[in-house]
Amino acid sequence: MTILAENPIKTVVHPSQVQQKVIASLHRRHRKEAWFRRTGLLAVLISLSLVALLFINIFSKGLPAFWQSAITLEIYFDPNIIKIPAKPEQAADESDNDFRQRYLDWQTQVGFVNFNRLITDSLQKILPDATKHRRDLGRIVTSGERFALRDMVVADPSIIGQTRSLHLLTDANIDVWLKGNIDRSLPDEQQQLSPKMREWVDKLAADGVIQNRFSLALFMNPDSRSSLASAGLAGAFMGSFYMMLVVILLAVPMGVAAAIYLEEFAPRNKLTDLVEVNINNLAAVPSIVFGLLGASVLIGWFNLPMSAPIVGGLVLSLMTLPTVIIATRSTLKAIPPSIRQAALGLGASKMQAIFHHVLPLAIPGILTGAILGVAQALGETAPLLLIGMKSFVASIPASPFEQASALPVQIYLWQGNELRNFFEARTSAAIIVLLMMMISLNGLAIWLRKKYEKRW
Amino acid sequence: MSNSAAVKISAKDVKVFYGENEALHGISMDVYENEVISFIGPSGCGKSTFLRCMNRMNDTIEHCRVTGSITLDGRDIHDPALDVVQLRAQVGMVFQKPNPFPKSIYENIAYGPKLHGLAERKADLDDIVESSLRRAGLWNEVKDRLDQPGTGLSGGQQQRLCIARSIAVSPEVILMDEPCSALDPIATSIIEELIDELKQNFTIVIVTHNMQQAARVSDRTAFFHLGNLIEIGNTNDVFTNPQQKRTEDYITGRYG
Repeated sequence: MTILAENPIKTVVHPSQVQQKVIASLHRRHRKEAWFRRTGLLAVLISLSLVALLFINIFSKGLPAFWQSAITLEIYFDPNIIKIPAKPEQAADESDNDFRQRYLDWQTQVGFVNFNRLITDSLQKILPDATKHRRDLGRIVTSGERFALRDMVVADPSIIGQTRSLHLLTDANIDVWLKGNIDRSLPDEQQQLSPKMREWVDKLAADGVIQNRFSLALFMNPDSRSSLASAGLAGAFMGSFYMMLVVILLAVPMGVAAAIYLEEFAPRNKLTDLVEVNINNLAAVPSIVFGLLGASVLIGWFNLPMSAPIVGGLVLSLMTLPTVIIATRSTLKAIPPSIRQAALGLGASKMQAIFHHVLPLAIPGILTGAILGVAQALGETAPLLLIGMKSFVASIPASPFEQASALPVQIYLWQGNELRNFFEARTSAAIIVLLMMMISLNGLAIWLRKKYEKRW
Repeated sequence: MSNSAAVKISAKDVKVFYGENEALHGISMDVYENEVISFIGPSGCGKSTFLRCMNRMNDTIEHCRVTGSITLDGRDIHDPALDVVQLRAQVGMVFQKPNPFPKSIYENIAYGPKLHGLAERKADLDDIVESSLRRAGLWNEVKDRLDQPGTGLSGGQQQRLCIARSIAVSPEVILMDEPCSALDPIATSIIEELIDELKQNFTIVIVTHNMQQAARVSDRTAFFHLGNLIEIGNTNDVFTNPQQKRTEDYITGRYG
């Protein structure tokens, strides 16, 4: 009672006017809200359409590269051309080393065989006027395919004397010509193919001898510069795979352990504050700086091999570490304290409370953070350039210590290739492969989150 | 309850500091064996803080410092030789908000015994789970769904599950921090009956905002105000014939 008497309501607006004022202000509020919603929707639509544009662009350019011109030829493995001794067999009293030496010698001899002759001989049969244009004849099938023939002989020498119908990749320029990626009305001196070749190729394509076939080369071969049509992603893919392995084995357990320690066990003092600030700063360090660190410390001091996925993986681990730590810590923070208290109240030690109750609940969040960190590392290019992974590597690495490229670096390299007409599509195809890996990693993260999510 | 009963917990001049801020200004009291004692007082008076001193749950709060002495069966609970894990196995706790683990009902009860190695065989563990649930009056309601998540039970059932969970490790004292504040009146009355039964085997310290509850369940009542213990005595005396003006004001609803 006294409180009311001491504090009379000051009537700025007469009570009968209040409702009108409210209604008047409502109109303004609604207008603002509608404006805000429209702006937000517009922003979403713009970004969605940009993403859609990007995807349409990449897919329309890249999808055709998954199919590539191949010529179907009857290859006669002519014994007069393939003059090699019999494939060596290991004798009972021969040591493994001696046999390997003998076998390698034999392989070298097979390598000296002129497998191109087999191809040109076969082409001659379907191109009657070929004898006058022998130079052009040798350019129809891409040069790497002779190694495919060699490998067939090495694998099974009994093929000699037989005839096989094979699909061989044509030269990259033929692919470009047939896909219409070069202007057919350009004058001869600007065309990559001679007039005779263009005539042949059109005829062979019309006859169905040259067809667009699904390009296994793109997935099975490493990069190539001598035989552009056979350039593939396998080397880069394995390089990226090994790096992911290193990141998953190093950054994820280390990051999770560091986050658990910092969040649950570390005392709060100046030192841990400093560590925390620096972890956050580390997440903002430009990735190219990590590359410099890898080049000077890992390669310079520790003498790790250049261009190797192990170094790339270590650098990317350093880069991913703060992401994993921050994601894990925020997940741990979000676990309700009542769960910890319940466990502690029963007499669980701090570590038991964390490992039995907090971590299982945090797993979906930790996994999501870790996978997103790994996906980020997968797409990283800049640090890899500095540790030598941008060099051209024409082999598929068998271990993380061998030279390799990586998917994003391969995209970068192909993007700069001189034969634009061919590699523009190839580059987009590589981007599609990388995007698919990203999408599947993100899908995995979502699936794991759903699988392990518990409600309380 | 006569005052000649054995002293279970004895507190002498207990002060609690949160950083620089002194939250409890020297509390001294005894808790007797097999009694139900309730702590009442307005919000922020320090009753929960004092309760949490008894099983050293305040240790988990950063910048929280406790001085003075608390003994359990004559033994100082801050003795460095006494592991806090052992203390908490002896002094169980039930929290304000039911907090079952997001695991099965069975796992909820079995966790404590497994932790302390109380059951050698699966059959022993089954026995502990069953008897704990029976004593918490929950067995008949959940016996057919022990493998279902404890979080799927109703609020009152969850709280009884938490009580069952804490008695599964056979503590001597159970601390209850406003165990019914999140429950409806029916669930509350079930818990109150349960407390009445449990006092045969356990010493129970209960913090409550509900004065009728304190009057109904407890043998003795302590009234806290602004970090001080104002009055402690037999529940009947405190409610019918308070010695202090502040106690009387609070009980009659003048403030709080």
